[in-house]
Amino acid sequence: MDSVDALLLARIQFAANISFHIVFPMISIALTWMLMFFKWRYNRTGEDHWMNAYRLFVKVFALSFALGVVSGITMSFQFGTNWPGFMETVGNIAGPLLAYEVLTAFFLEASFLGIMLFGFKRVSNRVHTLATLLVAVGTTVSAFWILALNSWMHTPAGFEMINGQAHATDWFAIVFNPSFPYRLVHVLLASGLTGAFLVGGLSAYRWQQGDRSKSVMAGIRSGLWLAAVLIPLQIFAGDLHGLNTLEHQPAKVAAMEGLWETRRGAPLVLFALPDEETQTNRFAIEIPKLASLILTHELDGELQGIDAFPDAHPPVAAVFWAFRIMVGVGLLMLAVSWLGLWQLRKNRTPGKWLTRSLVAMTFSGWIAVLSGWYTTEIGRQPWLVSGVMRTAEAVGPASAGTVMTTLIAWLILYAFLLSSYIAVLFYLARTAGEKEGQARGINAHGPRVGPMIEPQGAS
Amino acid sequence: MTELIPDLTTQAGWLPLAFMIVMGLAMLAYVVLDGFDLGIGVLLPLASDDDKDLMIASIGPFWDANETWLVMGIGVLLVAFPMAHGVILSTLYLPVSLMLIGLTLRGVAFDFRVKARADHKAWWNRAFFAGSTMTAIAQGYMLGELILGFELSLFAFFFSTFIGLCLASGYALLGASWLVAKTSGEQQLKAIRWAKRSVALTAIGVGAVSLATPLLSEVIYDKWFNLNNLIVVWPIPLITAVLFVVLWRSLGRLPVRLANDNEYGIWVPFTTTVGLFMLAFHGIAYSLFPWLVIDKLTIWDAAAAPESLLVIFVGAAVVLPVVVAYSIYVYRVFRGKAAALEYY
Repeated sequence: MDSVDALLLARIQFAANISFHIVFPMISIALTWMLMFFKWRYNRTGEDHWMNAYRLFVKVFALSFALGVVSGITMSFQFGTNWPGFMETVGNIAGPLLAYEVLTAFFLEASFLGIMLFGFKRVSNRVHTLATLLVAVGTTVSAFWILALNSWMHTPAGFEMINGQAHATDWFAIVFNPSFPYRLVHVLLASGLTGAFLVGGLSAYRWQQGDRSKSVMAGIRSGLWLAAVLIPLQIFAGDLHGLNTLEHQPAKVAAMEGLWETRRGAPLVLFALPDEETQTNRFAIEIPKLASLILTHELDGELQGIDAFPDAHPPVAAVFWAFRIMVGVGLLMLAVSWLGLWQLRKNRTPGKWLTRSLVAMTFSGWIAVLSGWYTTEIGRQPWLVSGVMRTAEAVGPASAGTVMTTLIAWLILYAFLLSSYIAVLFYLARTAGEKEGQARGINAHGPRVGPMIEPQGAS
Repeated sequence: MTELIPDLTTQAGWLPLAFMIVMGLAMLAYVVLDGFDLGIGVLLPLASDDDKDLMIASIGPFWDANETWLVMGIGVLLVAFPMAHGVILSTLYLPVSLMLIGLTLRGVAFDFRVKARADHKAWWNRAFFAGSTMTAIAQGYMLGELILGFELSLFAFFFSTFIGLCLASGYALLGASWLVAKTSGEQQLKAIRWAKRSVALTAIGVGAVSLATPLLSEVIYDKWFNLNNLIVVWPIPLITAVLFVVLWRSLGRLPVRLANDNEYGIWVPFTTTVGLFMLAFHGIAYSLFPWLVIDKLTIWDAAAAPESLLVIFVGAAVVLPVVVAYSIYVYRVFRGKAAALEYY
């Protein structure tokens, strides 16, 4: 019993850590490229407001990056403290991929970050732009390696098992395993959307506060344009990723669709409460044959249900709902970005509904990313590496009590840091207008910051 | 001992050894580089509010890259010695968790203290101090455990905690002597006083580790008190003693020279302290080799498959020199006395 509890707690602890971690790189990957864009616009046009946008969001970036780094270090240790069996079994594959991430990405981004943040007066503008570019490249290369490893855990390839240990036979097949290209594109687009709504949301918040600096509209427009372009691409890429999953991990797709029995002409379940006990959906609202049509492109195509995977299928309800939340947020993003751009046509100013929606959706990228992440990771269970090792086989010997104690400490710390982070982001946005005035020594645009409004909760 | 070492001409022989060296150098780089960052965190409550900003500014551009060496070191343990990684880290579950919470607090306080509302700054300064100190003590505790072969006993707990305090003091010495070189005026004199105060506990810590290792393990005792090795190993404690003397005299003379606007020798305290850390590290490495867990697990027992190690080795051999080169470049960009940090 104790070992079962320790397994569950170790999983909750790792899930808490990785969830806390992933949201920050998702911001910093996209934000470095957006900062490159602001800097490039400034270099091209010489217009101050691009630099002002850069000044605000470089601080947001620095804070996000720091949180990503510290939580990432925690993860590298928790591989060993929580999942010693993982490296003992597949270390020969996972090791080199992680090592290349450290060597080619971590050092690059961490070293040039100093120059990017604090070096503007010490190096030429050209070197500063280069440092910013290298940080952007570093964050993206980091995503490349870690997603190669993660994808390999979903669709392992290019290896053989000798005495219970995985040994590499083909490194190209390992890195470019079947789900990797789809996952990489899907995650990088998700990062772009997360960054777009963060920039749009914080800028819309400045507008709400009465700040009419040109950098505010630059932020709202950049965010909306980026989102409007990326979201259709994301829907297309997500669909391809789904078809890839159907081919390689049909049990996950069965859980996503809430499909208990293998059948032809499977319906698309819009809403249901999947019940693990009875292996049925309660209160289901379905569109007949649509799931078969989407996934097999035939009205009567056969889809495997959960019953095809005895003893090796993921928990259905969690995957089913996580998937729907992700899709729902994605559709919301589509609506807000396209309607928003329509409203702003011919240099119109944003209406109340638009600023409100954007502020409310500042962190919508996080919700989509986390629910998508849960869909794919819970969907892989009970496997840690599909078909190779189960999660339960990797757990460490730490007792349930020890894991519980540290879990509580982590949860308190994360809750505190997350609320501080959100509060500080809105604080930075609120005071950005004043700082722009100070930077020029004059208050060129009249009273931009309305009467100081105290923070209302965290958001 | 020689019977523990396999044929070094085979890949399974030399690759684990090469990775042991890479891991050792990464850990040494981490201890020295993040050591002065952590030391400045330990010293932070002693400074006035303005000086606090300057102290943190002196490490602001570097700390992130410095911390990456820890990821590198633990990464090599993880990827090159997967068997040991699990054993060591599950035994050290609690101190590792404590260190990680400390590193998290320290790392985020860097940014929050200047970006949050001004009236919250004092709290983030406290978090910075608490995080740095927790990290230093936890790392020293783990060093103590490593020396004792991960024994679980009351004695091990007290010994390791004591080493933790000594390491915190050693980091404070590194941090203070970094400030001696990177600041000027009143702050510089204060840093000299802080350095002087940290020397004693650091010296006791070095002494305790040096005495404990041979006394607690017969294998290590034989290595140090074996007539054949005498000439090779005894320079280590001798040079250590000499460096302590040089450091102490330098800290005594610097205030006089600085009063005459003479900055000659301001890097002496930092370089001698780095020398002390390198020698202590070398001594520990000599004692432990070829064990990862004393008397239980050698680097060859714990190594990953040679073909995987070779893939990483090629990458590391190409990339690490580039990493070192651009790290030096970054330090050069920010050379000279520390100045207030500004985004633009």
